[in-house]
Amino acid sequence: MVLSAPTNQRRRPAVRFGYDNAAGVLFSLPAVLLLIGFVVVPFIMAFVLSMQIVRLDAARPPIWVGLEQYRRILFDPDFSPIFWRSLLNNLTFALIVVPVQTALAVALAVLLNQKLRGIAFFRTFFFLPVVFPMALVAVVWTLIFSRDSLGLLNGFLSWISFGAIPPQDWLGNPALALISIAIMSIWAGVGFQMVIVLAGLQEIPPELYEAASIDKASKWQQFLHVTLPGLRNTLVFVIMITTIFSLRLFDQVYIMTSGGPDDSTTTVMYQAVTSAFVENNVGRGSAMTVIFVLIIIAITLIQRRILRQDTQIS
Amino acid sequence: MSTSLREPTLTGSLPASTASADGHSRRKPRRALTTGAKYAVLVTVTALFFAPIAYMLIGSFKPSDEVLDGLGGFLPVDLSFDNYLGVITRFDSPATGYFANFYLTSAIVAVVVVGGGLVVNSMAAYALARLRWRGRNSVLMLVIILVILPFEAIAVPLYYLMNDYRNTYFVQFIPFVASAFSIFLFYTFFIGLPAEIQESARLDGAGPWRVFWQIVVPMSKPVFASVTILSFLAAWSSFLFPVMMIDQPQYRPLPLEIAVFKAQPPTDWGQIFAFGVLLVIPVVIVFLLFQRWFIQSVASSAMKG
Repeated sequence: MVLSAPTNQRRRPAVRFGYDNAAGVLFSLPAVLLLIGFVVVPFIMAFVLSMQIVRLDAARPPIWVGLEQYRRILFDPDFSPIFWRSLLNNLTFALIVVPVQTALAVALAVLLNQKLRGIAFFRTFFFLPVVFPMALVAVVWTLIFSRDSLGLLNGFLSWISFGAIPPQDWLGNPALALISIAIMSIWAGVGFQMVIVLAGLQEIPPELYEAASIDKASKWQQFLHVTLPGLRNTLVFVIMITTIFSLRLFDQVYIMTSGGPDDSTTTVMYQAVTSAFVENNVGRGSAMTVIFVLIIIAITLIQRRILRQDTQIS
Repeated sequence: MSTSLREPTLTGSLPASTASADGHSRRKPRRALTTGAKYAVLVTVTALFFAPIAYMLIGSFKPSDEVLDGLGGFLPVDLSFDNYLGVITRFDSPATGYFANFYLTSAIVAVVVVGGGLVVNSMAAYALARLRWRGRNSVLMLVIILVILPFEAIAVPLYYLMNDYRNTYFVQFIPFVASAFSIFLFYTFFIGLPAEIQESARLDGAGPWRVFWQIVVPMSKPVFASVTILSFLAAWSSFLFPVMMIDQPQYRPLPLEIAVFKAQPPTDWGQIFAFGVLLVIPVVIVFLLFQRWFIQSVASSAMKG
């Protein structure tokens, strides 16, 4: 007691709030300035620009138009159909990718969580596409999706079905193009999810499986009643990031289809970028950006709520 | 969720969770059979999954007219390095750009984003996790809000604001150096470090600068490795912003150039695939060398998010 008393006294200043004022500010200043300059300011500018008619390199100064840009992209028959179409495409894309990719990721994770010699070697292959830049993946798959019988996918489907499946125009058929991009995106992204699910699987206490075995639960019952509930939070997280990823869809569309055919693959980001970049309509592009951000925030809040409910229950 | 950097055991032995280590199948022949079946499933699924990459790899060594040939694209015949030589020599003027320039651009962007990012983000995170200063809570709040904001949310206004810096290296790296996500990863790691060593060093008269660089950084190799890997991957793949900001070949990064290359008729698929292989080789080498770190950092970043 006698010995520790002076230490406590010497320690007290270190605990006082504001003790490291100078160091704290200096340490965080470079990052904070960069974040403000290149994230916060542009983010605020998105709202400001969305209420103007503004062009790059224009002689005329920007004109304030209030919510006119929003009215146009949401309700004006000249501009709104393409925007609603892009929202619908993002939604369709998410409705394909999120369930399929999540289910595949869980299946692969269970497959690759087995106690087998050389299993790590197999895992490597499934993670490999994750390190591939999406631009490269999109270029390679453009060729795989080639429309006639020379296309790799068409060749494979014809071979596996003994010629029963005729060649498809994967990227040129409005009914197929978005599905094709979804298939490619699932291939590129499933390894990422698999790794997360694999980590989640290894968090499940083995005792639960032992108990289930003693109760004579089948493998399938164990999966339904031990594995899936154990993965709940992991899956909520995985589903949320995949949903947001689906909304961000841009690279693949830009490279493979330019939004076509018949706007069947255009997306919110593709519209925002082409409005600003091709049509030089920065105001409209910014308005689309703001709507995009509002949707992202809504999804994040919903996910937080689901996770919070879970912690309250348990 | 959990702040500990638990290694998700991706190599070697695994806890037998879903595996059949339950003593069901004690008779040996049956187990050998199921093991064989398991490997058959694994090999088939892996082969299917790897096919697109194999296709690119084989195609990069084949004459272009034999790449687009149905399943024949997989046949390893007429192989040569012609596409690789062709892809390096075809970019031979300022109008096409030079192959070395694309590489240089990607390398400069990656080095500055990763290197600069490690310094500014780790320092900011340390200030948030361990120093006591006015404004700390506000900055922490800002970082947490910015974590959920994807780059797409600011691409259009940034395109407008940075118009004067089109066609530079600067515009390609500066928005990505500071990263709320990296700060967050560092922050959760530093919070988990034992505070005693740092406290006693400070009582011995070491300032925050010395404590950070000489004590905290050496203790934090795992998080530095994770952030390096994740930011390198993102920087090397950067596409959306270069599309908007770069139209001069000299400043095109590799992913943008492969998109431009692919869109130029007549498409020479053999050379495009060779370009693709050259583009991805640096990441694949780093990935194969540091595979455990890669997978671990992806898994742990997700657990924290």
